[in-house]
Amino acid sequence: MIGRKDLSKADDIIICRGVHKWFDDFHVLKDVNTTVKRSEVVVVFGPSGSGKSTFIRCINRLEEHQQGQIIVDGIELTNDIRNIEAIRSEVGMVFQQFNLFPHITVLDNVTLAPIWVRKWPKAKAREVAMELLNRVGIANQSHKYPGQLSGGQQQRVAIARALAMQPKIMLFDEPTSALDPEMIKEVLDVMIELAESGMTMLVVTHEMGFAREVADRMLFFDHGQIVEDGRPEQIFEDPREDRTKLFLSQIL
Amino acid sequence: MASVSEIITRPRERVHAVKWIKNNLFSSWFNTLLTVLSSALMYTILSQLFIWIFTIANWRVIAVNLRLFMVGTYPLEQIWRLWLCVAIGTTLLGLSWGIWPHVVSRVAMVYGTALLLLALAPFGVTTRIWLAGCGALVFVGMLVGRRIPDAGRWVALTWLVFLPLMLILMRGFGTFLPVVQTRQWGGLQLTLVLAITGIALSFPLGVLLAIGRRSPLPAISLCCTLYIELIRAVPLITVLFMFQIMLPLFIPGGESFDRIVRAIVAFTLFTAAYIAENVRGGLQAIPRGQFEAARALGLNPFLTMSFIILPQALRIVIPANVGQFISLFKDTSLVVIAALLDLLGIGRSVLAQSEFLGLQTEVLLFVAAVYWIFTFSMSHVSKRLEQTIGGGNR
Ligand SMILES: Nc1ncnc2c1ncn2[C@@H]1O[C@H](COP(=O)(O)OP(=O)(O)O)[C@@H](O)[C@H]1O
Ligand SMILES: [Mg+2]
Repeated sequence: MIGRKDLSKADDIIICRGVHKWFDDFHVLKDVNTTVKRSEVVVVFGPSGSGKSTFIRCINRLEEHQQGQIIVDGIELTNDIRNIEAIRSEVGMVFQQFNLFPHITVLDNVTLAPIWVRKWPKAKAREVAMELLNRVGIANQSHKYPGQLSGGQQQRVAIARALAMQPKIMLFDEPTSALDPEMIKEVLDVMIELAESGMTMLVVTHEMGFAREVADRMLFFDHGQIVEDGRPEQIFEDPREDRTKLFLSQIL
Repeated sequence: MASVSEIITRPRERVHAVKWIKNNLFSSWFNTLLTVLSSALMYTILSQLFIWIFTIANWRVIAVNLRLFMVGTYPLEQIWRLWLCVAIGTTLLGLSWGIWPHVVSRVAMVYGTALLLLALAPFGVTTRIWLAGCGALVFVGMLVGRRIPDAGRWVALTWLVFLPLMLILMRGFGTFLPVVQTRQWGGLQLTLVLAITGIALSFPLGVLLAIGRRSPLPAISLCCTLYIELIRAVPLITVLFMFQIMLPLFIPGGESFDRIVRAIVAFTLFTAAYIAENVRGGLQAIPRGQFEAARALGLNPFLTMSFIILPQALRIVIPANVGQFISLFKDTSLVVIAALLDLLGIGRSVLAQSEFLGLQTEVLLFVAAVYWIFTFSMSHVSKRLEQTIGGGNR
């Protein structure tokens, strides 16, 4: 409880009720139920192939769920295109492989969506972008192409790019897994700062230091199910499930 | 042999010339043998060729018919319109040189200088003035272009506007610009019209077909696939024939279409299918993460395609597409089947005159040289383009 934000009065920004998903015959998500409050930082962890990526990709509908309900900021995810586009501009996403656009400059990467989706004037988009690049510590590289930056710098640009849309929720899918060890910290520092600023974050990661420091809650995924859901202190010190215990002993 | 290719593909190093020769040409007894044999062969052929070109060949056939080769039977008093097209073209070339020096500098410089040198040749006075003017415009354009480095978008747009403008100028309208019937078009002028319009039209069509082929709507993707596969299954000459001879049979009033228009349509439809396949390859090479990142940012499919996917895909396929355009350039010579007299067609008709019987070599060599100038420029510019915009990637 110490040093953590008080979320008791916060409203629910993501609601998942009985979510199921199949890839053909393969049942990836099995009855996922959870609620994320505004400003909450939730760390999702679990073995490879357990459906963590699929789960967070359902939140911005990069994947479709087939059963159950996902409600994001009051809008239920259905096949309605307008809903999907509305959700996508409220939900930022950071990928393991950065996925920056290699053919345009760092600055253009960050301003593209605000200009064309939010329809901001160029000058405003630029100003906001430079502010964000400054915040993630790459303002002096804004004219470069992504290929000229290190992995850690690229991932920080990717975070700035997602933040430029001023999203209400940020999704991170293993943002540091593709990075060399010496670059992990610079990215985590940006994420920690973001968490402290009150952003709602759903983070798939195995960086347990990060989880310990900023997570309000942790979800342990195994075989497409949420096996355990608890505060970090409880998960680390006193995991209820044997599977959680076993997994933690393997990665810590 | 492996050693040779290794050395050649390695990035250029600053080696002493003697050492370079030793490493590349005489690195083993076998390479030495090859070097000696091929030098001997090259010497024999080239020296014979030079002797033939400068002492035996009868270039009168070219000199006398030069206007035919260049513009066919385009009326003499209207030729200023073609010169005007050339002048606009060279100005744009010069501007492009100033704005994108890495891409067009060499081609522009060579064309400009060549025009100025040609102005010294013993042509008529007006011709020489036009030649000198067009040559000078390349350099003037360059100087202007350098001062407006941000005007790239406008120059590109002007190139696009130039195409229809060129056709309008050539054909004419109303009383001010008397109409020159397309049957009077010919020679290099016709070849360039066919090639340039064919390229300009087939490129966007090909891109649309490639995108259509990947459409999630089965009706669209099936149509595009069918079209592409059908066209690719037939030889170009068949498509040309279809449009020249069969179109009038199927479409009422089809014979009223100009023969040149029919040829351009045929070239466009044919080339577009190949462009589509090239572009499809480029689209497939774009990682899924690019689509996902764009979608996650809220970009709709149209924005994703135009800002993220296509620019990357088209860049990858520059060499393949330029190869296709070079083919098209050369294949325009097939319009002889429609009795159109392009550069090669003029060559044949000149050779049919009794005065010039037996001068095939001269004529063919000249025609080949003209084709080479243009196709080589295309491949050179494409290489430069690739190098320039390929930088700072991934
Ligand atoms: N597009 C897909 N088609 C079929 N199977 C998939 C697809 N994406 C993921 N899967 C499968 O779903 C399972 C869960 O994947 P994922 O959510 O990526 O797991 P995690 O992120 O926890 O490693 C894996 O077994 C994976 O092979
Ligand atoms: Mg994953």
